[in-house]
Amino acid sequence: MTAATAPARPTTADDARERRMRHSGRRRRIGLVLVFLMLVALTVVYVYPFLIAVATSFTTQEQSVTNPLSLVPADATTDAYQRLFLRSDFPVWLRNSVIVTTCVTIGRVFLDSLAGYALARLPFRGRRPVFAGVVAVMAVPGVVLLIPKFLVINQLGMYDSFAGLIIPLLADAAGVFIMKNFFESIPVSVEEAARIDGAGVFRTYWSVILPMARPAIVTLVILSFQGSWNELSHFIVAAQDPQLNTLTKGVAQLASGALSQGSQYPIKLAAATVMTIPVAVLFFIFQRRIMNSTAGAEKG
Amino acid sequence: MSTARGPQPSGSRLEGRRAAAGWLFITPVLVILGVFLLVPVLMAAWVSVSDWTGRGSPLSGSTSFVGADNYRALVLGGGLPTQDFGMSLRNNAWYVFLVVPVQTALSLLLAVLVNRRLLRARGFFRTAFYFPSVTSSVAITVVFLFLFSASGAVNRLVGNLGANGPNWFSDARGVGHLLLGGVGVDRAPSALADHGFVGISWWDWLAGPSVAMTVFIVMAVFTTSGTFMLLFLAALQSISDEIDEAAMMDGASPWQRFSRVTLPMLRPTLFTVTTLGLIGTWQVFDQIYTGSQGGPAKTTLTPAYLSYSASFLSGQWGRGAAIAFILFAIIIVLTALQRFVLRDRGTPRRRRLVPSSSSVVPAGAAPGPATEPGGAP
Repeated sequence: MTAATAPARPTTADDARERRMRHSGRRRRIGLVLVFLMLVALTVVYVYPFLIAVATSFTTQEQSVTNPLSLVPADATTDAYQRLFLRSDFPVWLRNSVIVTTCVTIGRVFLDSLAGYALARLPFRGRRPVFAGVVAVMAVPGVVLLIPKFLVINQLGMYDSFAGLIIPLLADAAGVFIMKNFFESIPVSVEEAARIDGAGVFRTYWSVILPMARPAIVTLVILSFQGSWNELSHFIVAAQDPQLNTLTKGVAQLASGALSQGSQYPIKLAAATVMTIPVAVLFFIFQRRIMNSTAGAEKG
Repeated sequence: MSTARGPQPSGSRLEGRRAAAGWLFITPVLVILGVFLLVPVLMAAWVSVSDWTGRGSPLSGSTSFVGADNYRALVLGGGLPTQDFGMSLRNNAWYVFLVVPVQTALSLLLAVLVNRRLLRARGFFRTAFYFPSVTSSVAITVVFLFLFSASGAVNRLVGNLGANGPNWFSDARGVGHLLLGGVGVDRAPSALADHGFVGISWWDWLAGPSVAMTVFIVMAVFTTSGTFMLLFLAALQSISDEIDEAAMMDGASPWQRFSRVTLPMLRPTLFTVTTLGLIGTWQVFDQIYTGSQGGPAKTTLTPAYLSYSASFLSGQWGRGAAIAFILFAIIIVLTALQRFVLRDRGTPRRRRLVPSSSSVVPAGAAPGPATEPGGAP
């Protein structure tokens, strides 16, 4: 980094500039190496925790305490997974998560795209205020709604039922917003052609517009899947029956020690690993799209 | 928000059909948002001024109006509810105060590092940094419980360096007090001990986050920096290389180029990131529910968790609802304040460097561990 230190004797501005130019090639290379080293160090910090978590899920309780940093279990065992799947409620949680996530994802894609299409293309009276309302709804912080939502779910008699877990999550303002934006980018002429051919509104939407919106729909599927799979607070307020626990709620209670004694890290980490697999797979398949759409609504 | 208007069809019958279809298409979403967002807020507003105990319906005759009693008990009462609420405010305030600047700076650093054109494998680095953001906050909390356990990975590392790590999740000592103790101040001056705010003495406000809360702070930075990195990256990529090159030709050093050229152009994104950070960090719930339930010694209690536990665990529904509304007010006031402080001064026109969709990111969907948006994404 000699080039970075100031020259010993003051030189004229021109001199300095020339010097900088001459050194810039080497300096750039040194800079790049430094950047690279920094990135590698940061990557270790970001990735290592997940690696040890997975490794520890394949060890015994004693090993997890004596060798907390190890990436290769000394005596690898699938004991934690066996206990999780054969001797706990974990399979029930998994089933519930699959049911809820599937229903929410399908429901959201359908309802949000319908609403988005109406807002983008159908000239109904009151469209502007409705849209303003949808945007306003997005501004309400979710945590504030915890108790309010319980009150309504309870009042409607949906407490402790799949309906209570699923229905409140079905519509989502951010999804409507994404779909509306996308539909507006489709040329109007496409619809006109369909209309001239005599197709009704729903038909035009279903067989002409929707297929064209595939990129936006994929984005919505990813966001909905990830959002409902990772959702926790809603499931806490919508049910208390352990048979309705989803993965997030079940594992959270497992972690807080409500269901077990002692620390039992291997089994907790095994649970965390299993619940991460679906989102991880989705993430690696759709990496590009996820990272490009993140600028929009995330974790929703 | 200008919406592209469809062509006006010639027949008014067709027009009518399309308008009817419009309402039909949007009704399901409106009904669900109305029933599960609007109605709940109104109902909770009623509960927050009532003495409902959780039995029967809050709308039935046995529930009565108590005015601002619940709010008064929280803010001015001076009893245990006030102390708990003050404690939760203190904990969360320190959390916000530390997480927002650090996550903003770190995500900007990551974005700048990853944005190098010459860098190979930048896709790999991006993926590595972003991965924590897609996993569930429950899973990450479980991992952190393990990493920071008494005999966990972090303490083993600390031990290798020849020091003794604390028992992170059960250490209620405030970091602020520890620092003050380090310079010899280990007793409260009476001026600080005898006066306070929301049931907590000034000395206790100064305690800073507890050691346990510090772990949650690290976790928040860890999980959100990837998301914000992407926002900064999108903005960086929209700055043309020519500007940077022009500055280089003028002899500006890399630091000058960054601080005088790039940073000012990132201003709108900086604004978005700090706003989302502010909104998200005031809503810490999942991590606390999973990791500590407010302990040790209530030092990881947050308003969101207190609102839940007051209602669901203690049956104090009115108080729980009141906490939720106060939290809502805090978020709105602070966001407005931040808007005011960071407003564009002297810049002739506002430029949006982030894609338009991100300028209306839902508050509930603020990225970060703080939010698993409760159904309202």
